[in-house]
Amino acid sequence: MSEELKKRARKALNKPPTLGGDVDVSEYVERLRKMKEVPPEFDAAVYQNALLSVGVDPEAKERSGTFIQCDHAVVAAQAAQEGLEVMSSVEALEKYEWLKDYWWRAVPVDLDKFTALAEVEQTHGYFIRAKPRAKIIMPVQSCLLITKAVAQNVHNIIIAEEDSELHIITGCVAAHAADALHVGVSEFYVKKNAKITFTMVHNWTSSVEVRPRTGIVIEENGTFISNYICMSPVKNLQTYPTAHCVGKDASATFQSILYAKGDSKMDVGSRAVLAAKGAKAEIISRAAATDKASIVARGDLRGEAHGVKGHLECRGLLLSDAASIASIPELNARAHDVELSHEAAVGKIAEEEIRYLMARGLSEEEATSLIIKGFLSLDIKGLPPQLADATKRMIQLVAEQAL
Amino acid sequence: MLEIKDLTVEVGEKTILRSLNLHIGAGEVHVLFGPNGSGKTTLLLTILGFPEFVVKSGRILFKGEDITELPTHERVRRGIGVLFQRPPAIRGVRLSDVVNICREQGGIPEDEATKLVELLKLSEFMRRDVNLGFSGGEVKRSELLQVVVQNPELVLLDEPDSGVDVENVELIGKVLNEFLERGKRPSERRRAALVITHSGFILNYVRTDRAHVMLDGTIACSGTPDEIFKHIMSEGYGACIEHCRD
Repeated sequence: MSEELKKRARKALNKPPTLGGDVDVSEYVERLRKMKEVPPEFDAAVYQNALLSVGVDPEAKERSGTFIQCDHAVVAAQAAQEGLEVMSSVEALEKYEWLKDYWWRAVPVDLDKFTALAEVEQTHGYFIRAKPRAKIIMPVQSCLLITKAVAQNVHNIIIAEEDSELHIITGCVAAHAADALHVGVSEFYVKKNAKITFTMVHNWTSSVEVRPRTGIVIEENGTFISNYICMSPVKNLQTYPTAHCVGKDASATFQSILYAKGDSKMDVGSRAVLAAKGAKAEIISRAAATDKASIVARGDLRGEAHGVKGHLECRGLLLSDAASIASIPELNARAHDVELSHEAAVGKIAEEEIRYLMARGLSEEEATSLIIKGFLSLDIKGLPPQLADATKRMIQLVAEQAL
Repeated sequence: MLEIKDLTVEVGEKTILRSLNLHIGAGEVHVLFGPNGSGKTTLLLTILGFPEFVVKSGRILFKGEDITELPTHERVRRGIGVLFQRPPAIRGVRLSDVVNICREQGGIPEDEATKLVELLKLSEFMRRDVNLGFSGGEVKRSELLQVVVQNPELVLLDEPDSGVDVENVELIGKVLNEFLERGKRPSERRRAALVITHSGFILNYVRTDRAHVMLDGTIACSGTPDEIFKHIMSEGYGACIEHCRD
């Protein structure tokens, strides 16, 4: 089985991605191999600000577990609550024979060269699991940190067993302006009546290339909610997480907040395949682009069973003449009695709104900044109230730094 | 308080205001009548300094200072507030955000603002996006809340009574009367106001000192509010102006 996967991966090592442009990975991989030869070093104090910038608390207060990976090395992995497991995915694969049944089940190993790379040149990633009926109300935090010019090829597995609840706050951050490649494969498994919320903050730099590959399998009455925030510059980023609602009444929600500046290129989508009766999905995105940045905001809803519902909403705010935003919503119905809808709007800030706030005493700059911040604020859905407030505050903080 | 001298204003190269003169003293409330398109809102937005209203000649003085060239927020910070007729909705910016901005400028304590929020029945609206999906009456109440906590010395009111039911006009009138110190003796009043009204409903609740009729971009006649309003109601704007000239 494992050999079979490796074989498929090796065959796909040169397979270009369908979206977001190709990346020459050879040099990154070369540097990674060299770096693996020296023992890793990590000083949490040095990277404290980097961790905080993506919502990771080095002291792990009000957290049920922590996972920190620096470049290719795991530097912290602990669970502080009964019913919760947090460890390196490599370690988990050795520990649990059954884990191979989840490995590359939500994302195909040979999807493109990036998934192939994550299999052939894997550098850990996390395994987070809530055992059956475990309610992990305090969030698990994880951080994937890049400090050197390497390829970081993580493979994450997240499992919420039947009737469990799991909240994860994850931050990916580049602490130095070195050229780097981040490949992050994440496979989520939401079992019957289980719930996962996943809040991810990306804080890259203008020399990092980013290719997350995410698949989510949601069983009967399961709930998956993703909040994705990327407001810092990035060289280029392409991702298209796909939720497979395979169980009756399964539900998926994606919210994305994107702010692109400089020469950043972001191609970010969310897809939900509604394959069982009563499944529902909501995809909401807010995209703002300034300077020469470009954003492609995609959304794809596939109604493949009776009585499914989906809604897609994409709003874009263009803040400079040299920036661009493309909104590409797709609705695909393959069964009757399917209810899919979308709304998309891309435009500039209305002068009228700026004038209105100036008439309340704000300068033009202050008014513009308030409107952008407002545009990028989304109510966080599905989180326990305290966690929702903390998350919203964190997003506001990220927005303030970005603006 | 406000002195407008020989003001001529263009919008997109079309002359809207022509050699307009107006004086509003401290503690005075003036009302401005006039048919649609006569330039009432243009006058208000020119006093505020919105850039599409280009002053070709004339001056605007506020408390003796020439503010003709100042940007909007500088005028507002000097003590001018406005209630808009049709304010825009801003997604993601909550009414509470805007009220806090106004309150800080006005130096109004939070508990005082909260009382006004309750009086104006806006508690449930504070967390909502400003003006998004607000009804006519809700828009006016929210505008009034913002402008009152801004604590301006001169307040410009653009149709505070349009699209509002009787109950709401009564409430708006009550808050305005209080704010404009109408209960005090004339010599003790400090705040001034310029009110645009089409229907005149608000005049049943707010006592005004002087009325003007605007026609074709200038003030064609002035007088006591009762007299002017009576003539407009019975004989229309034209006849009212004839009467002024007599």
